[in-house]
Amino acid sequence: MPSNKSVSDAPITQFVSCRILKDHRLQWEDLWVREGKILNPEKLFFDEEGFADHKVDCGNKIIAPGFIDVQINGGYGIDFSQASGDIRRGVAQVAKKILEHGVTSFCPTLVTSPPDIYHKVIPELRVQDGGPEGAGILGIHLEGPFISEQKRGAHPPKFLRTFKAGGVADLMETYGHLDNVALVTLAPELANSAAAIRELSGRGIVVSLGHSMADLSQAEEAVQNGAIFITHLFNAMLPFHHRDPGIVGLLTSDRIPPGRMVYYGMIADGIHTHPAALRIAHRAHPAGLVLVTDAVTAMGLPPGQHSLGQQQIDIQGLHAYVAGTTTLSGSIATMDMCVRHFREVSGCTVEAALEAASLHPAQLLGVSNRKGTLEFGTDADFIVLDDTLTVRETYIAGQQVWRK
Amino acid sequence: MKLIILDDYEQVSEWTAKYIRNRIKKFNPGPDRFFTLGLPTGSTPLGCYKKLIEYHKKGEISFQYVKTFNMDEYVGLPRDHPESYHSFMWNNFFKHIDIRAENAHILDGNASNLEKECQDFEAKIKAAGGIELFVGGIGPDGHIAFNEPGSSLVSRTRVKTLAMDTILANARFFDGDLSKVPTMALTVGVGTVMDAREVMILITGSHKAFALYKAIEEGVNHMWTVSAFQQHPQTVFVCDEDATQELRVKTVKYFKGIMDVHNKMVEEP
Repeated sequence: MPSNKSVSDAPITQFVSCRILKDHRLQWEDLWVREGKILNPEKLFFDEEGFADHKVDCGNKIIAPGFIDVQINGGYGIDFSQASGDIRRGVAQVAKKILEHGVTSFCPTLVTSPPDIYHKVIPELRVQDGGPEGAGILGIHLEGPFISEQKRGAHPPKFLRTFKAGGVADLMETYGHLDNVALVTLAPELANSAAAIRELSGRGIVVSLGHSMADLSQAEEAVQNGAIFITHLFNAMLPFHHRDPGIVGLLTSDRIPPGRMVYYGMIADGIHTHPAALRIAHRAHPAGLVLVTDAVTAMGLPPGQHSLGQQQIDIQGLHAYVAGTTTLSGSIATMDMCVRHFREVSGCTVEAALEAASLHPAQLLGVSNRKGTLEFGTDADFIVLDDTLTVRETYIAGQQVWRK
Repeated sequence: MKLIILDDYEQVSEWTAKYIRNRIKKFNPGPDRFFTLGLPTGSTPLGCYKKLIEYHKKGEISFQYVKTFNMDEYVGLPRDHPESYHSFMWNNFFKHIDIRAENAHILDGNASNLEKECQDFEAKIKAAGGIELFVGGIGPDGHIAFNEPGSSLVSRTRVKTLAMDTILANARFFDGDLSKVPTMALTVGVGTVMDAREVMILITGSHKAFALYKAIEEGVNHMWTVSAFQQHPQTVFVCDEDATQELRVKTVKYFKGIMDVHNKMVEEP
């Protein structure tokens, strides 16, 4: 119906009465979408003499880029690291449910596992676009097994590994394939890690420091070799010390190579990190904050007792305990909860909270030219939220894939 | 002429917008009878555009059957440059209203043949039946559009090299860097605007006061091209108090005294 069809005769949708997150600010602007991408309406007007086919009234709500979760281990009873049954179906189930949390892209995370699990699972979890079936997969996050024994947290000790031959050989022997892998978390103090770090970052895989006993200079060396992320800052690493800040010191290190930035993941569920710690990190290095859920199998399940793998879990509110104890067995907060909680305890702007869950993870993964923003030409993966930052609708490639 | 003197910029914007609204409604445009409107850019008409958008959003006015013709555009500035007049019109007006792109005409400063572009523009105006109402502003040097001092009072749409005064006035839109300001522009001529059935000039601010004085209290002179409209049968000058500072008290008193008559033109239709 519109235009002289010089570029495309695909239908154009105009979202009106909304505030969109653009240029780091919420602005009263319409959002235009065509063929799954954000459209430049000025170009449409002057070049194509085009106009919208459909208008959607957003009732003055907020439109933000879809959230991107780079660390999620499972949910709704599914554990990505269990290679039992149909792996792809399990991931797909979670991918569909997280649309409700405003997540449009994610990195399924595998904790420390034996090589045969990696060899089996990695080729099954392919990078793929999202859609009505679920959030898109940007790549796998391999958290382990090259991590520190002392900081392994809940990772199984018998499958931890070190770099023996150094570099590629160990990686390939352990993981089998590296296609479809977007991030690897490792401990840089392990001997011969430098070669592995260089190899992985050379392949465009994000190297993240975590589950580690490294001091600051070891961490800085790892960054010089290509590491650019910190896995769940503060958790599973040496605490900040004023004479050796450890990995935490990367937030204000002066030995980061020019033009590079270190990002850091934080679980803002109010449980895994004290709000004061969250604030210190955010104030020290706001541009690098990446909100992650690090959600485990129990996420999304109703309160009460559940049998998950070998464990009995007791869910009370936002806490998931090993049944009968006060030991936490992982995070079960959803991404939108993390965004709301972060905003509340840090006092940051709505824009900053939204960007920490969208723009920053996209920048970390090097995909901000098509994800994590509402710039013209990028993928139309976005969410509609109300002023309490509750997700009301989720869109992938311009198509509504969930509504409250 | 009618000289409408209002207290401040906000009142000027509102009066002008209401006038335009009423003119369009009275004309009652339709699919075979478009209302042709000449439009300016710059800081002066911004308030008027905001008001027109407000009236549009309230449902008081539609631009579906309005054809617009902008006065000018820079030469050589990319069309999507934030300071191009295309960008100005899109961001400050077109994107907020229901006008179709094929009815919005702006000179193309990147055309391969600039002279032909100017001639085609004149032809488009003619094909549309001429301009019903041409809205414009005035430069501190008394120019209308880019018809700099010395422009022929019977000039048509053409390429002009900008005067230093104009480049200085525009520098604030280019980070204050004179080297970034375009030096040439395509502009409708004084004659082109004179052909309109009605002309409305907005003049606000004390820095425009001397130009207003030269335009209406001195003779018709190509050094102050807005003075040409003394010879147009239907001209309205809308200004604020500050812009009247160089006028004779007698002039101001006379026109203020008949504001009742003027205000009838902007009542709700």
